[in-house]
Amino acid sequence: MDKLDISQDKKDSGQMEYKRQNKSKEIFRRFRKSKGAVIGLILSAMIVAVLILGPLFIPYEQATKQNFDNITVSPNSEHIFGTDNYGRNVFARIIYGGRTSISIALLASVTSCIVGSILGAMAGYFGGKIDSLIMRSLDIFMSIPDILFTMAVVVALGSSFKNLVIALTIAYFTNYVRLVRSQVLSLAEQDYVEAARAGGAGSFRIIFSHILPNAMGVIIVNVTLNIGKIIIYESTLSFLGLGMPPPAPEWGLMLSEAREFMRTAPHLLFFPAGAIVLTACSVNLMGDGLRDALDPHLKS
Amino acid sequence: MHRYIVKRLLFLIPTIFGVTLIIYAIMAMTPGDPGRAVLGVNAPQADVDEYNHMLGYDRPFLEKYLNYMKNIILHQDFGVSYFTKQPVFDEVLPRYSLTIKLAVVGVALAALIGVPLGIKAAVKQYSLWDTIPSVMAFFIAAIPQFVLGMILMFIFALKLNLLPSYGTGSIQHYIMPILAIAIPPAAQNMRFTKSSMLEEIRQDYVRTARAKGAEERTVIWKHVLRNALLPVVTQIGMSLGMLIAGTVVVEKLFTLPGIGSLIVDRITFKDEPVILAGTILISIAFTLVMLLVDITYAFIDPRIRAKYTRTRG
Amino acid sequence: MNDLILDIKNLEVIYKTDLETVKAVNGINLKIGKGKTLGLVGETGAGKTTTALSILRLLPSATGKIINGEINFEDTDLLKIKEEDMRHMRGNKIAMVFQDPMTSLNPVMTVGDQIAEAIKFHNEELSKEEVEKKVDDKLLMVGILPSRKVEYPHQFSGGMKQRVVIAIALACEPDLLIADEATTALDVTIQAQVLMTMMELRNRLGTSMLMITHDFGIVAKTCDDVAVMYAGEIVESGTVEDIFLGNKHHPYTEGLFGSIPNLSTRSDRLTPIPGLMPDPTNLPEGCTFAPRCKYSMDVCKKFHPKSITVEGEHSLLCHLFNEKIMSQQMEGKYE
Repeated sequence: MDKLDISQDKKDSGQMEYKRQNKSKEIFRRFRKSKGAVIGLILSAMIVAVLILGPLFIPYEQATKQNFDNITVSPNSEHIFGTDNYGRNVFARIIYGGRTSISIALLASVTSCIVGSILGAMAGYFGGKIDSLIMRSLDIFMSIPDILFTMAVVVALGSSFKNLVIALTIAYFTNYVRLVRSQVLSLAEQDYVEAARAGGAGSFRIIFSHILPNAMGVIIVNVTLNIGKIIIYESTLSFLGLGMPPPAPEWGLMLSEAREFMRTAPHLLFFPAGAIVLTACSVNLMGDGLRDALDPHLKS
Repeated sequence: MHRYIVKRLLFLIPTIFGVTLIIYAIMAMTPGDPGRAVLGVNAPQADVDEYNHMLGYDRPFLEKYLNYMKNIILHQDFGVSYFTKQPVFDEVLPRYSLTIKLAVVGVALAALIGVPLGIKAAVKQYSLWDTIPSVMAFFIAAIPQFVLGMILMFIFALKLNLLPSYGTGSIQHYIMPILAIAIPPAAQNMRFTKSSMLEEIRQDYVRTARAKGAEERTVIWKHVLRNALLPVVTQIGMSLGMLIAGTVVVEKLFTLPGIGSLIVDRITFKDEPVILAGTILISIAFTLVMLLVDITYAFIDPRIRAKYTRTRG
Repeated sequence: MNDLILDIKNLEVIYKTDLETVKAVNGINLKIGKGKTLGLVGETGAGKTTTALSILRLLPSATGKIINGEINFEDTDLLKIKEEDMRHMRGNKIAMVFQDPMTSLNPVMTVGDQIAEAIKFHNEELSKEEVEKKVDDKLLMVGILPSRKVEYPHQFSGGMKQRVVIAIALACEPDLLIADEATTALDVTIQAQVLMTMMELRNRLGTSMLMITHDFGIVAKTCDDVAVMYAGEIVESGTVEDIFLGNKHHPYTEGLFGSIPNLSTRSDRLTPIPGLMPDPTNLPEGCTFAPRCKYSMDVCKKFHPKSITVEGEHSLLCHLFNEKIMSQQMEGKYE
């Protein structure tokens, strides 16, 4: 007999709040069930912890101090990841490089999301000329391969933390425009938006309190997955010499420097490469887990 | 059909202008001027100013841009390199064909490897044909292309001594670069194809086909595949961006003389004309290929084809 | 025995996932006479589609399982034959029309090809021209110009798409046609047209039909016999006269009639049946309808009713018609 009452509630389309609460709990449950997602979360947390706490144990100068007596030493008790061709402590460089890479990636992922979502929401909601303008500009934008664009921006503005974030934001915001625009377009048709409008809600209010919360899930999945992509992309940039200027330690740069020494000092290849892959894998596991938790029947 | 092609071709022109304008505008923000760069640090300021004036460097931005475009279109004149002081076009042209070849083979290989694996993974879901490629694809997605290249180098050049790690000359020189370029997009293609197939298998028309008495084989090959491959075509087009990034990086890593490595090498020297020219050329090629993909898609999807070939009945 | 085209006995079907087992069909018996039409009525979730899919053995292979019963089609138990032989039945001897015409057709194949396919699967010896001629005939049969066979599904309206689906189903002139809510997804006016087309063809070809619907109006117009399904069981079955004109009914059927608007009688409001169908993963003990039944007695909650024949073909699954139990009720005790 109790089933009767709950189902009547669910039938009521006005009960959006109720539905949303149930949905979040469901999503968390599914996330927790996926082993991959949980492992990803734990690994990511561990990596972040190491990177945040690192400086407490290893001063920055370890990453940059050159010591020509001690070059390209294999891992030993004094330097757990060995030293590089300038005698610098590889472990320290990995930690500090990681801090930079991940902060850039986090920041760029969030800013690209914000910029892209706003543009996408505007395009979808206002439609007409604004929509055409935004989408056509986007088409032209997307006709330039990402890497060339980023390279041009970094060459023009110089490489610094701020400029890298700007360049990466520009490279990644386009995902969100299309995504949010299509969410807005499909949701704007739904009855409850009509109802809100009939109730007198203004445009922005509708976008923020009705449409975006529903799109939030997909957006969060994309932001997470983009963090991994940006870490990889940023390491590619620093490999090409476009990352933070030396002597700042960066994983891609470390790999570029390691090229000459691959035969004699393979540890210089493996540790930075491993760091990149491990971090990207953890973030991707989390992102995939979130995506599957949102829409489980995509899997089977 | 012709209407569609003409329409897209017409859009091509403003797109190319838009693309070149954006790149030109960004590069224009680079500090420094041609006079100083070409004549050198010690040249007298008067000479530098005269050189700049000769090139029209002091004209308004839009005029400079249109002048640049005019020179490219009419005279194939991309200016003079700040670094080598040679005409840019002469430096860039021979390298162009190498980059194009790498990219084309890369796309083809990525499709040939990725798509069939994706189909197999979908048809034999949960078997080893599915789990192994999926796990591999997952790891590959976490490896940057240059790291992949370095690992290949490490294994095949250093340890096994099978393949050369730099230069050109024989097919062997190209094996590792092509693999490094093609493998990540192949993994992406595989995942996408698999999910597209799984999506289609769930559809109602598959049930109708079975109810007609179709064999499972027919259901997959005739019904599911034809629908599932459509978005895959678009996806392959989309993966070109990643492919070009891979080509640039791989050229640098394996020291192959393509446009990518040229651009990268000149970055440290702030050789604007070369970087500008290289970027524009690649972007134009990219735009053309995307156009080709769109037109191909319109041909193969009857829903779009019908929109442009007959009026609705 | 021999004038039955379909004789289902004790069919039990479940859907099994890692989390739960759904009892979709729980021991039903159905008979369809040759050339007759049986209406299978019930709400969404009663198990009608599952029954239909079971006949064709098209249940989702990962989860659907037929755990008991016989499905006899012209003296052959379909549940015992090999998959290859079953495939020869599908589309050929037994065909099905599904509910949603918008998604039932392959979007990238022409309509003509899709009909031709159905013919070619079962008539490999025909030449290309012969197949094409048949395709033209079938299109004409459902009222579509043969010249349209080169068009794609998206170029047809909903009603016409459904006609194409019917043409495909009837392409090999099957002995049994299963229509699963074939007109439900269509506009009301189109519904009538498509229904008429189906009926004409049925009459012309002499096809037996299993007409699955929740609409009693359609049942009245098209069916010879009726079976009412609830929570995986047939709670009432009989001829169409028994159901519409008779005065003995299962409480569920009674409720269904009460909730249909009727132009000829005056009524102030419809009386829907309170409550919902029970959760198929957790069916109640005793009678599955008892929780919603206004006549329910204690015996209903404890004992599952047996099928009682009230008259001729008309039978019911309810204690109210079980003389033994009712007399015990009178005496104030039960078995």
